[in-house]
Amino acid sequence: MYDFEFVKVGSLAEAVAALKAEGAQALGGGQTLIPTLKQRLAQPAKLVSLTGIAELVGVSASDGVLSVGGATTHAQVAREATAYPALAELASHIGDPAVRNRGTIGGSLANDDPAADYPAGVLGSGATVVTNAREIAADDFFRGLFETALEEGEIITAVRFPIPQKASYQRFAQPASRFALTGVFVAQYADGVRVAVTGASENGVFRWSDAEAALSSSFAPEAVDGLSVSPDGLIGDLHGTPEYRAHLVKVLTRRAVAAAG
Amino acid sequence: MAKDSGIGAASKRREDVRFLSGSGKYTDDINLAGQAYACFLRSSVAHGRINAIDTAAATAMPGVVAILTAKDFEGAGGLPCGWCVTGKDGPMKEPKHPILAEGKVRHVGDPIAMVIADTKEQAQAAADAISVDIEELPAVIDMKAAIAGGPLVHEDIGTNLCYDWNFGSDKAETDAAFETAHHVTRLELTNNRLVPNAMEPRVAIGAYDRSTGEHTLYTTSQNPHVIRLLMGAFVLQIPEHKLRVVAPDVGGGFGSKIFHYAEEAACTLAAKLVNRPVKWTAERSESFVTDAHGRDHVSTIELALDAEGHFLALRTDTLANMGAYLSTFAPSVPTYLHGTLMAGNYATPLINVNVRAVFTNTVPVDAYRGAGRPEATFQLERVIDMAAREMGIDPVEIRRRNFIKPDQFPYQTPVALAYDTGNYHATMDKLVEIADIAGFAARKAESAARGKLRGLGIACYIEACGIAPSAVAGALGARAGLYESATVRVNATGSVTVLTGSHSHGQGHETTFPQVVAEMLGIDEGQVEVVHGDTGRIPFGMGTYGSRSIAVGGAALVRATEKIINKARKIAAHLMEAAEGDVEFANGTFSVKGTDKSVGWGDVCLTAYVPHNFPHETLEPGLEETAFYDPANFTFPAGAYAAEVEVDPDTGQVTLCSFAAADDFGNIINPMIVDGQVHGGIGQGVGQALLEHAVYDANGQLLSGSYMDYAMPRADDVPFYAVDHSCQTPCTHNPLGVKGCGEAGAIGTPPTIVNAVIDALADRGVKHIDMPLTPARVWAAMQG
Repeated sequence: MYDFEFVKVGSLAEAVAALKAEGAQALGGGQTLIPTLKQRLAQPAKLVSLTGIAELVGVSASDGVLSVGGATTHAQVAREATAYPALAELASHIGDPAVRNRGTIGGSLANDDPAADYPAGVLGSGATVVTNAREIAADDFFRGLFETALEEGEIITAVRFPIPQKASYQRFAQPASRFALTGVFVAQYADGVRVAVTGASENGVFRWSDAEAALSSSFAPEAVDGLSVSPDGLIGDLHGTPEYRAHLVKVLTRRAVAAAG
Repeated sequence: MAKDSGIGAASKRREDVRFLSGSGKYTDDINLAGQAYACFLRSSVAHGRINAIDTAAATAMPGVVAILTAKDFEGAGGLPCGWCVTGKDGPMKEPKHPILAEGKVRHVGDPIAMVIADTKEQAQAAADAISVDIEELPAVIDMKAAIAGGPLVHEDIGTNLCYDWNFGSDKAETDAAFETAHHVTRLELTNNRLVPNAMEPRVAIGAYDRSTGEHTLYTTSQNPHVIRLLMGAFVLQIPEHKLRVVAPDVGGGFGSKIFHYAEEAACTLAAKLVNRPVKWTAERSESFVTDAHGRDHVSTIELALDAEGHFLALRTDTLANMGAYLSTFAPSVPTYLHGTLMAGNYATPLINVNVRAVFTNTVPVDAYRGAGRPEATFQLERVIDMAAREMGIDPVEIRRRNFIKPDQFPYQTPVALAYDTGNYHATMDKLVEIADIAGFAARKAESAARGKLRGLGIACYIEACGIAPSAVAGALGARAGLYESATVRVNATGSVTVLTGSHSHGQGHETTFPQVVAEMLGIDEGQVEVVHGDTGRIPFGMGTYGSRSIAVGGAALVRATEKIINKARKIAAHLMEAAEGDVEFANGTFSVKGTDKSVGWGDVCLTAYVPHNFPHETLEPGLEETAFYDPANFTFPAGAYAAEVEVDPDTGQVTLCSFAAADDFGNIINPMIVDGQVHGGIGQGVGQALLEHAVYDANGQLLSGSYMDYAMPRADDVPFYAVDHSCQTPCTHNPLGVKGCGEAGAIGTPPTIVNAVIDALADRGVKHIDMPLTPARVWAAMQG
């Protein structure tokens, strides 16, 4: 690990100011950044810890919307997002207990790992990512591998999830890392069904629009039987070919629909 | 009733108190005054010519003490290979393995320069600042390409073929049996390359005392005396009496800490050059590219059978990956530990084995838990299963039909080994019982009702343990003897210190060795302490690997303890004024036959050190004895294993539902520790079968170079195991009748699980899948 300056701020305003420094980088739970630093693959001049900002932590629900503060840990979401059980369930399977007690939703979304779970929940819910500067619709937020709509120094303060009628997240674990080899989030709303897929695409999380259309007319596992996912653009690596991932998308979508009831 | 102490008791592992409370003393816990830290700059390419190394800028960086490259080690020898295999064309090719790369780098991770600085961070920063001009050369990774005119890993030997070795029955006679056989089953398979992944990464600390000229190396080793001998005599030319090697608590080895590594020699020499202790601790990512890997064989095996399924002949042809250099015992693994095991548990009359060992631009490959025996067992048990399926014979029945029968022991195999004892029918009978094989059909139907494909896999194994007979090893190329030593030091107050050449790095010797001594002397186990791992304290011994500690080290301990009893008997006779021949010893008391005269153990011990009226002409003071034990033969544990799996047809996911192991380890010192050894071995076998794989890309980059991509088994990957070791045919040639149990699980498990998965998928036409049986591979196989 290279030397860096470390500051832990107590308010959003202080964080925004601190991040203006040259080479400064926000630090959430550090579950990706700290291992990266340990391998000396990143050399930030300054890390600004967001975990001490009380206004960024918490889970609340009202008017059919679940709000999660940007620095809320996965463990807290798993415990407290009772108004949105599928999201609580998703959070409860991220990493291991140590990861869930440190990792935050804002950190996960800002990092946008193509195999992370939260992007599927956020895109599959059509959630809104709230920052210190603006509100970003999930459909506009994810821009590819480790790329988001966030500007330099912009901080995720909250994520607002419209609570669906039914939803489920089904993930198939990569055997080594236990990240999602493929994960599918299905959510049924009054105005239609959303299906978001993580882990599978070279461009990060995406919506499977054919399945959304089919499930919007019939919310049953069989509704996707006639569909197929093209392996073009899907990830091929040690753990699975693009064809395998394409197959898993369909299997997991069926399972998510069945589990959502 | 179960015993509560001594041989056969489930005594609790006394070493666990310190291991589980965080008070173990590992090499990295040792910090010497004035110690500097080493960091190795390693090759990031698999093959390249070093045109220039510029260390000027790095040398000027803060805290840097010295930067060493190959030219600083010019006086040193290469890392020696301890085994010379002689093939069809003479002795194996043995290229130099320099401490630091000389002129070329040959695998990712090959060390180029050693940076020594006041702190580890300064050493790392300076290593980053070294400028190396490397001309990248085409790498050769695939073994078939390597021996078919691929780029040469070592130009000076002119070939990538280390040796071509043929062994066993006459080749022409074996081939002839195939010509006339009723049925021949042929299978090509890969035994997947593994990374050993001991929990404790390797560490080396070199120290030098200018006043005495003595070197000390603290290192994570399974065999400190072997390291002292190899490094002192062959690499650094340090006389043995001026070199002490200490291997304190070691957090797992699995073979990977047998070998002499470059970092040990580099730290030892550097400590003298910079006149400060020099410490190196491997990063986990360094372990992946420097600890010797395991397995990596590609084989074709053929089995010839008659119409009733009797085995007539077996032939195998294997390519064995040596990696870029010969690690300490690498050549022995595919030969002495693999070819000799090809008979398995069966009375196959003709067996011919061919092995070609190949250099590639990968990390050296050497012994890893089981070492050659898992590779042999995997081939054999897979081809038997396939033959049974092709011929419509039950997999249990085909094995029973071909087992060496109990009355055939001692049994001379066609592949050099002579099994002293065994009863393979008994372990199979026990397996059928504990695995509830009769209930399998009902469980399969229940799985099917849930949409899952259930399979039952059976495999047997034989192991050659107690890696020893020096005569046999020597005849097959060993450059060392393979005996073991023990010193039993009885203290004046009657307690006992055992100094053993065996090394415990998880095996529980601190518990089991005292059980043996306490039983023999009739004293409390707590009165016996074990010292190991320090050449400054223990007699010369060969260390621990190949499930040898109790069979060889334990036998040496028995011999030394017998000498103690004989000496103590003389003292007791003197005390009781009796003839030595009339003195009996039982339960810690010496008594004179036919009288009520007796003297206790404590009095005898005290007298040994307070010899006020000893007849010094015939009786020496003191009570300490040493024995070296070189066994007459290997020991041959054997067993039968069963696994049940469920395959999810939608995803290819394999779930291991149950696992049963019926082992014959001969006599058992501590059944709880034996259970633990079997559990651990099965766990590693599950890893090899389902999860673990060291994968290189065509350029020689290790794709599975971290736990993000290298899948280790976790607690939820394994079921509770049914293990049984009640079938016991005691070894006939060692004093304890013990056989060894450390590797059994790792040997028997992979074919058991693969056979189970193939059984589950047989209806879908799947005949074989190479390990690891990942969901993606299983799914792809189901697609045809």
